[in-house]
Amino acid sequence: MDKRENKKSQFLGHYRGLVQAGATLLTNVYLPNFLKGGIYQGKGKAVCVPGLNCYSCPAASGACPIGAFQSVVGSSKFSFSYYITGFLILMGVLLGRFICGFLCPFGWLQDLLNKIPCKKLSTKKLKPLTYVKYIVLALTVILLPALVVNDLGMGDPFFCKYICPQGVLEGAIPLAAVDVGIRAALGTLFTRKLIILIVVVVLSILFYRPFCKWICPLGAFYALMNKVSLLGIEVDGHKCISCGKCARVCKMDVDVTKSPNNGECIRCGKCVNACPTDAVSFRYGFGKEKEI
Amino acid sequence: MKGGIRLLKTKKAAVQLIFIAAGVGMLCYGVMRGEADSVLGKAIRLCLECVGIG
Repeated sequence: MDKRENKKSQFLGHYRGLVQAGATLLTNVYLPNFLKGGIYQGKGKAVCVPGLNCYSCPAASGACPIGAFQSVVGSSKFSFSYYITGFLILMGVLLGRFICGFLCPFGWLQDLLNKIPCKKLSTKKLKPLTYVKYIVLALTVILLPALVVNDLGMGDPFFCKYICPQGVLEGAIPLAAVDVGIRAALGTLFTRKLIILIVVVVLSILFYRPFCKWICPLGAFYALMNKVSLLGIEVDGHKCISCGKCARVCKMDVDVTKSPNNGECIRCGKCVNACPTDAVSFRYGFGKEKEI
Repeated sequence: MKGGIRLLKTKKAAVQLIFIAAGVGMLCYGVMRGEADSVLGKAIRLCLECVGIG
């Protein structure tokens, strides 16, 4: 890998914050709706956005893939969503958890919260909790909405209803701020979800991305796809001096020299920028031949 | 050794291609059977469960 190619890899890591801000804006482009108190109702909402972004956010330009999957499997018409599964597989192969690191609005929020200066806690000893998100995906997104149905054959979106803090943050709070009717309708469910949101916010200040690591079903799906993703991390064994800087700098507790395509790696590029010998880089393409 | 690595790369590329084909196929099939309309119908209305009403 020549120096120019490595510079490209480092560029991505350096400007991650800007990309995250841009992606969040594109995902929520209808900003005037925050003042109007309504949500965007155009046909663009038939298309999913890659990150976790509630479609009840007034500014949301697309559908949340997790919410959309539950709405399809929970409808009386379908018991499985080929549309959303196909979309997620495609996104997973093309980008993998790069989406978590660069394109997800909720991931960005957690990044920002973690920048608040205070004592930070390590999640290295909490690694078993990373498996919880797979249970959340299987149970609350796939199984329960399809199996627990009412007389009309319709199921609840269990994840959106009982767990997801994005709906409260992006939907309930801004809508209730300008709409008296919505404010009056908020009840126990909102209070429970608000508590979840507050817990996630506090944990995000103390730990790095607790929701992404332990809870997010979208992160769980992309984690499964990370191994086959076209975008990955590559370590040049000839250049690596085994200094361990890449592993120490990783906030997702991944050692890229041991498992460059680990499911927990969100491709943030910190290891790329930390490597003193330019041995770590992003690569994009089929197999492992191409590098960016 | 080099031959083995090349085989692994080819295998991985084949798996990636299969996933892309499966993703595109499923997405198109889903659109054809009306899932996109179902998503649109849900996404343009306020999701009561998401915001915590109910």
